[in-house]
Parts: sequence; structure tokens; C-alpha cells
Amino acid sequence: MENLELQKNANEIRKGIVTAVHAAKAGHPGGSLSAAETFTYLYFEEMNIDPKDPKKADRDRFVLSKGHTAPGLYSTLANRGFFPVEDLKTLRQIGSHLQGHPCIQHTPGIDMSSGSLGQGISAAVGMALSAKLSNDNYRVYTLLGDGEIQEGQVWEAAMFAGHRKLDNLVVIVDNNGLQIDGKIDDVCSPYPIDDKFKAFNFHVINVADGNDFDQLRAAFKEAKETKGMPTAIVMKTVKGKGVSYMENQAGWHGKAPNDEEYKTAMEELEKAGEALCQK
Amino acid sequence: MPEVKKIATRDSYGNALVELGKDHDNLVVLDADLAAATKTGVFKKEFPERHIDCGIAECNMMGIAAGIAATGKVPFVSSFAMFAAGRAFEQVRNSVGYPHLNVKIGATHAGISVGEDGATHQCNEDIALMRTIPGMTVINPSDDVEAKAAVKAAYEMDGPVYLRFGRLAVPVINDKPDYKFEVGKGVLLKEGTDVTIVATGLCVGAALEAAEKLAADGINAEVINIHTIKPLDEEIILNSVKKTGKVVTAEEHSVIGGLGSAVCDCLCDKNPAPVFKIGVNDVYGESGPAVKLLEKYGLDAQGIYEKTKGFVGK
Repeated sequence: MENLELQKNANEIRKGIVTAVHAAKAGHPGGSLSAAETFTYLYFEEMNIDPKDPKKADRDRFVLSKGHTAPGLYSTLANRGFFPVEDLKTLRQIGSHLQGHPCIQHTPGIDMSSGSLGQGISAAVGMALSAKLSNDNYRVYTLLGDGEIQEGQVWEAAMFAGHRKLDNLVVIVDNNGLQIDGKIDDVCSPYPIDDKFKAFNFHVINVADGNDFDQLRAAFKEAKETKGMPTAIVMKTVKGKGVSYMENQAGWHGKAPNDEEYKTAMEELEKAGEALCQK
Repeated sequence: MPEVKKIATRDSYGNALVELGKDHDNLVVLDADLAAATKTGVFKKEFPERHIDCGIAECNMMGIAAGIAATGKVPFVSSFAMFAAGRAFEQVRNSVGYPHLNVKIGATHAGISVGEDGATHQCNEDIALMRTIPGMTVINPSDDVEAKAAVKAAYEMDGPVYLRFGRLAVPVINDKPDYKFEVGKGVLLKEGTDVTIVATGLCVGAALEAAEKLAADGINAEVINIHTIKPLDEEIILNSVKKTGKVVTAEEHSVIGGLGSAVCDCLCDKNPAPVFKIGVNDVYGESGPAVKLLEKYGLDAQGIYEKTKGFVGK
């Protein structure tokens, strides 16, 4: 898919994120928006998946280890055709298949329940190991928050993945620099992120702008070509990207826009969409 | 007296895995640097490519098991009860239980019969923890025969199962031609009329011995083996209590949250009756030879005999 088409999809995904969180009056827009390009690239370009057959055996797997950014994943799955986009407005409501955090039992296209931070990466490692055990060719992708990697289990998983040389595994860190209590390097700095993964025997790719499709394309290509070790992609991104008043604001980690803020956000995204259509 | 055959149920676990592994390519065993102690080492010897040592990182191991199960294989994830149910509780709850993945947890070294290692490694809380997880099956076999049958039954069924094994060699009591294991079904081992002793794990053998001593005192105890604590066979307990009117529970586990609590949950709801809970009385264990510890904490035949006699009041 051309970058322009990817950009249009990312913009639609952003609208879905903001709409879902606004409707729910709760949820996590900041980290969903920062990862919109990553979600888009994975589901519209990179991964071998079929919305009509979400459980097909040879599909690539994705585990959203930073499960609180479920609105990002849900909006991506909806826009990719796994379920109606209309469903996004039921986020976090009783009876909805769109739980506050992803659940394998509820939602088509979800490969693993997640949300308790640090746990998704282990499941992704298990899937990658399983593929190796039975010589299956599918690949496994997992997305972590840069605050999430403060969890010790992340490094247990990284040690194991490096030890087992799981080159079918791609660990993506959404390095938007902010967590609930503020800047990650003020709260409890995980830096240097790249050197840590290198020390655990990962091939590490630093992406200077994780909201840029050219850079994503190059990174995922390099990951696929990497043999004999797992890859970690550290994506420098902007939290809240695409909604002006949310950008780089820790306060928008887990807060829903009110009606007025929602209107502003949608106007901005509509404008961005129109601009893309004129390209 | 003829020599009683004794086998630790952790050995049964390893041996049953080898048997299952021969017939089922999709069975994978995980361990966290304890293969020699959990007895999965015998599986490793037979099927090295399907034995995954995760190193000393139980939380990650539980997540890896979840991921493996999500791809259709059947992982048996092995560690001491303290670390499988204790340290990795939240991983079991959120990565295994909530997605209802087909992960089998083989937890060895449960209870105070761990012995010399002492309180840090003697898990008396695992049944309580595991039975609070929706959809989790909790099995605590009483001997070698039952443990092997339980491992096979766990493989055959879909969904998460917690299997509890011991370090100490215990008498084989189920080596009978008509023995049949069914998940969720209690076993009536001895009929009686004065009191129902509901026991699990290594306390089952001790309860049978205690019942013999009680008989000599004129107390006719009924003995029920509850190997599956969740789902609990309520019917066998209720039928017995209708006859005897009172219950003693016996388990190598805290009196809080284990078999005794499960039995009380059932009775207070469906047929209130006096219950005396024999178990570890809200204390930590300590170092010492396993048999001596069981004696000290009143979990051997003598302890069950004395407490039951006092409770029945004859």
C-alpha cells in the first residue's frame, strides 16, 4: 500500500480512537494516537492476516502488551474489516465486545488478552517459540509502552527471546516519552532503551519518527531480514499525535475528551483527512 | 506388616508427562530451573526439544505458556507451588485464566511436607489462590495412581488446570483394579455413620488410617477423597453429611481458603452442619523433616484421629 493510503487509514483510525474514547467517557487516547501509524502499518501492510478468517492458523500474530491502548487496536481492526466501525461507540459499555483492555474471548482479531503491563510480551514470546517448535512460518509482533518497560517481566521475556534467538519476533516500543505520572525519565528512566535490548541479544532499530511511514517501512523490512536474533524497534513518537491539544501532554494518557474537545479533535482530523485527499 | 509402596506425586507428574509425550506431539513442558526437583527432567531426557527451560523467571514462564497455548499446543508449566501459584498469581489470573487458555500448571513441593527448606518454600496458600480464579480446575491428588490419572485427565480436558503435587513420598492407596479417576468427582473410600472425613492430597491416606483408629474407639467415620477441589463434588459431600451430620476436613494447606473453606461454602449454602477444619492454622511452616512436620502440625493419621475424636465427642 502506498504511503498516502496508509496515511489516510491512520487518519481514519485516529477518528475512531477519539470517537470511541469520547463515547465511553473513558479510555486511553494518548498512547493510542502515538501508535496509530504502527497499528496501521502492521494491519494494512506488514502482517499476514485475514479479517474474514481471524483465527487462520498461519496468520501473523499481534499482542498489544500496552493493552490500555485498546482503542487504537480496536479502531484499526474495525477499519481493517474485522468488525463494524460503528461498534467503536460501544467501547467500555456493558455487553460490548470492546472491553477496556483487549480480550481474546470477546473480540475478533485479538490474539491475546492483555492489559496488565509486562505480560503481553511474554505471551508473544511464547507464540514465537511455538512457531519455532513446529517449524511454522508466522511472525509475532508485540507493542509495548515505554513506561511499561519498567516492569521486570519485560526483561525476563527479553532475556528468554534473545537466548532462544527468536528471529520471528518483533518487539516494538512506543517511545512517546510520557506515562501517567509524567515524563518517563522523571518517573523512573528506562533509558537507554536501545542498549538494554542490545544487551539482551536483540537486533535494535531506532526509528527517529515513528509517525512516518517511510521510516516504519524501512524498520519492518530490516526486522524481517534479521536472522538469528529477535528485533526490537524503538519508535520515537508523539503522544496524542494528530489532536493538537493532546500532543505531548501526559494528562491525555487516560482521559476522554468532553463534547467540545471532541468536536475540536474531529474537526482537526477531518481537515487532515481532506488535505490527504487533495494530495 | 507388608511394606507399603511409597512414591512422591512429583515423580508421578514427571512419569505421566513422559507417557503422554509419547502419544501427543503437541505437549510441551516448561520449567524454571527446577526440572530435577519437579521431576520434569525425565521428560527432558526423553523429549529434549519439547522441554523448555525458562530460567528462574516464573512470571515470564507463565506468559510463555499462555502464548504457546494460544497457538494450539498444550503446555505443562512446572515449578514449586510457591512460585507457580504465589509469585506468578497475577500472570495465572490475567494471562491464563482470563483468556481461558489451555495451560496446565504442574505445581510441586506444595504444603509443609517440603520439609527442610522451611517456610519460604512451603506453600499453604495455593489452593486458596487458584480456586478464586474463574474457570480454573484445581486438582490435588492423593497418591501416585491418582496423580498420573490426573495429569492425563488434565491433558484431555480443555481449559486451565492447576495440579498440586508433593515432594514427600506417600503411600500408594489407589492401586486397585476398579480405580477410576474423573475430574470433579469425589471418591467414597470408606462408609461410616458418625462423622464424614473429607480429605485431599496426602491427608487422604492419613484419614484412612485415622478412621481405623477411630473404629477401635467405636467411632464409625466415613472417608471421602476430594481430589478435585474445584469444581467441588458437592453431591458426594451433601449425601454423606445427611447421614453423619458432621464433617471434618483434612488438608495440607491453610485452613483459610482451601478444601475446608470450599466444603463450608457448600454446606452453609445447601445443608448447614458443624465442620472442623484440619489444616495449617494460619501460621507459616518451618524447617524440619517432612514426616516430623506433618506430625507437629497435626496432619498425620494421629493428628486427624485425635482432632476428629475430640470433635465427635465420644
